[in-house]
Amino acid sequence: MRRLLAVCVALSALASTGRAIGGERVTLGSKAFPESWILGEALAIVARSSGAESEHRANLGGTEIVHAALRAGSIDAYPEYTGTLRDVILHAHDASTEEVRERLASVGLGVTESLGFDDSYAIAVNRAVARRDALRSLSNLAAHPDLRAAFSHEFLGREDGWPGVRARYGLALSDVRGVGHALAFEALIANRADLTDVYTTDPEIVRQDLVVLEDDRGFFPRYDAVVIYRLDLEERAPGVLKAWRRIIGRVDRAAMARANAAVALDHRSVSDTAAGLVQDALGGAQLVPDVDPQRARVASIARDLLRHVQLVAVALAASVLAGVPLGIAASRRVRVAVLVIGGSGVIQTIPSLALLAFLIPVVGIGVLPATIALFLYALLPIVQGTCSGITGIPAPLAASAEALGLTPFAKLARIELPLALPSILAGVRTSGVIAVGTATIAALVGAGGLGDPILEGIALRDTTLILTGAVPCAMLALAVQGSFALLERVVVPRGLRVRTHAE
Amino acid sequence: MIRVDGVEKAFAGKRTLGPVTLDVPAGRRVAIVGPSGCGKSTLLRIVLGLLRPDRGTVTIADTLMSDLTKRALRRKVGYVVQDGGLFPHLTAEGNVTLLARELGWDDRRVASRVDELSAMTGLGRETLSRWPVQLSGGERQRVSIMRALMLDPDVLLLDEPLGALDAITRARLQRELVGIFRALKTVILVTHDVPEAALLAEETVVMHDGVLVQRGTIDEMIRAPSSALVADLLGGAR
Repeated sequence: MRRLLAVCVALSALASTGRAIGGERVTLGSKAFPESWILGEALAIVARSSGAESEHRANLGGTEIVHAALRAGSIDAYPEYTGTLRDVILHAHDASTEEVRERLASVGLGVTESLGFDDSYAIAVNRAVARRDALRSLSNLAAHPDLRAAFSHEFLGREDGWPGVRARYGLALSDVRGVGHALAFEALIANRADLTDVYTTDPEIVRQDLVVLEDDRGFFPRYDAVVIYRLDLEERAPGVLKAWRRIIGRVDRAAMARANAAVALDHRSVSDTAAGLVQDALGGAQLVPDVDPQRARVASIARDLLRHVQLVAVALAASVLAGVPLGIAASRRVRVAVLVIGGSGVIQTIPSLALLAFLIPVVGIGVLPATIALFLYALLPIVQGTCSGITGIPAPLAASAEALGLTPFAKLARIELPLALPSILAGVRTSGVIAVGTATIAALVGAGGLGDPILEGIALRDTTLILTGAVPCAMLALAVQGSFALLERVVVPRGLRVRTHAE
Repeated sequence: MIRVDGVEKAFAGKRTLGPVTLDVPAGRRVAIVGPSGCGKSTLLRIVLGLLRPDRGTVTIADTLMSDLTKRALRRKVGYVVQDGGLFPHLTAEGNVTLLARELGWDDRRVASRVDELSAMTGLGRETLSRWPVQLSGGERQRVSIMRALMLDPDVLLLDEPLGALDAITRARLQRELVGIFRALKTVILVTHDVPEAALLAEETVVMHDGVLVQRGTIDEMIRAPSSALVADLLGGAR
């Protein structure tokens, strides 16, 4: 503890002097798993030690999102793996290190040497299953086509993942499912699956007592950990790059696995663990400080909730402002209705991750893409509610309104909108409840909200942490539902609610 | 006052109305009778410009009905539909005064016109403050007539105004309408009820399959029907 304090004091002293001199500023990103958070945080700490201001936007989602954020300039650097660079980003499996460097440079990106360890793919099985079927290597799998595999979606989709393994080893497993990486371990523990993909620094290998199958035909490429960064940092933050070079090559596999276990299994905070990793790499003693992560988390629930409400409120308000006029337009002409309702329906079917991946190159990461995505998802119920509210006005009423000789605006404002109000409000309420649930995706693009504890909890397999986000989220949905019921009582004209018939 | 000239209308390629030519002079009360589906409501909707005829023209008070003139013409014409067509989100009074307020009438002018109409239809202040769902069928019809007459139009068009009422209310309202219509200038009443036409209109037009088949007083037509169809239709009246 005292040692951590010393490091912090030393670093902040460096930082305060450095800031006065350099004025450099970098933003780190990281993917949605602990190792990436720890490395991202470690790079931020090292940058700060050089006197720069640094920010770490952790837990941004998968490779596509983090890399798009880097290309868009929303972040300046993030920890990456050489295998991913070749296969996912450059689609050049056999590219040499020089070619990788050249191709990245052509889009303004640079890459460091290995941080000092590799985190390659491997396939692991339950020890009991390994013993039963005498499994030691991937070749052994060929004789057991009935084994059940639960692979992460990324592993299933990547050329250097399952498709490649299957082809190289001639495997034909009958039961292969795609699940979230963290959930795959749950499936193995519950004996619902026999195999999953792991990383070689995965702390779960130790915790779940898994057997890593030997890659006897040398299929998996090495996933050396590197830092990928925007080349303009050489101009903007040469001090930061210089500081990073001090830990390049000095983080070993054992230290990384320990750090992963500290965060994922012992629930240590990422920043303390990263500080320990940095100190370790720079030659200090190993250091795992004890802090109470719960206390920090409780304090941040309020912040996450507030951000969540803010995201939903802004997106919903924008959806009402755009959706009601669109609904009115759709109620006027069938062709417009087909276009508008069909269009917002199509948006509804785009998976949120895909939508965010489209948005990041245009608007970067953070609150803006999250709000735009929520806005788009909220449109359909509002447009539909408005359109069907107006077109659902009974024919004699519509004829009477027309026959009175009201101006089009008066007819809309005095007759159509008040009569359609219950239907419009029902649409807004539906959108609101959906938006509260959907806003958890904001965490994928670093916009915060209640998705933060949920995503972290899933990655750490920490149910308490998941509930920390999920429970307030559910209560918020109920609150939205309830407040719209109240709002309806206040704003819907009494004549549409009174049901007493005085004959 | 109202002139319908060679009007035709087809729905889904099938001609349901016309050609119809009909002249209703100012101050005349004309009933249009015929079996359901004969096109009488369609004719009324074309007169109001709610439907655009495929062919032919409508002229009201010497003004040709067009997209440019229809709003002004509608304000000279009151329109009452079967179960009143009252707006459920407005009180009875709100329904009656909606258009006048949109046109910027001041409170005093609105109140004095409502009082005149109340006297005519026999609806009190208390009734007018209620919501449409709280009114009886007969009261709804009276409110609808007040709404149609608010701007003191030259013409009143009624489409089966008493069709949804029970027999007793209907008979009472028919007798009241005699008085109300007398005070008006021009009335076109669409009904399938021949005695109602005889009671309320000076002249009746019989429609069948989208065309006018005979015009005159009910008595004349019963005495000399132009066809077996007219005789059949009017037979119920005796």
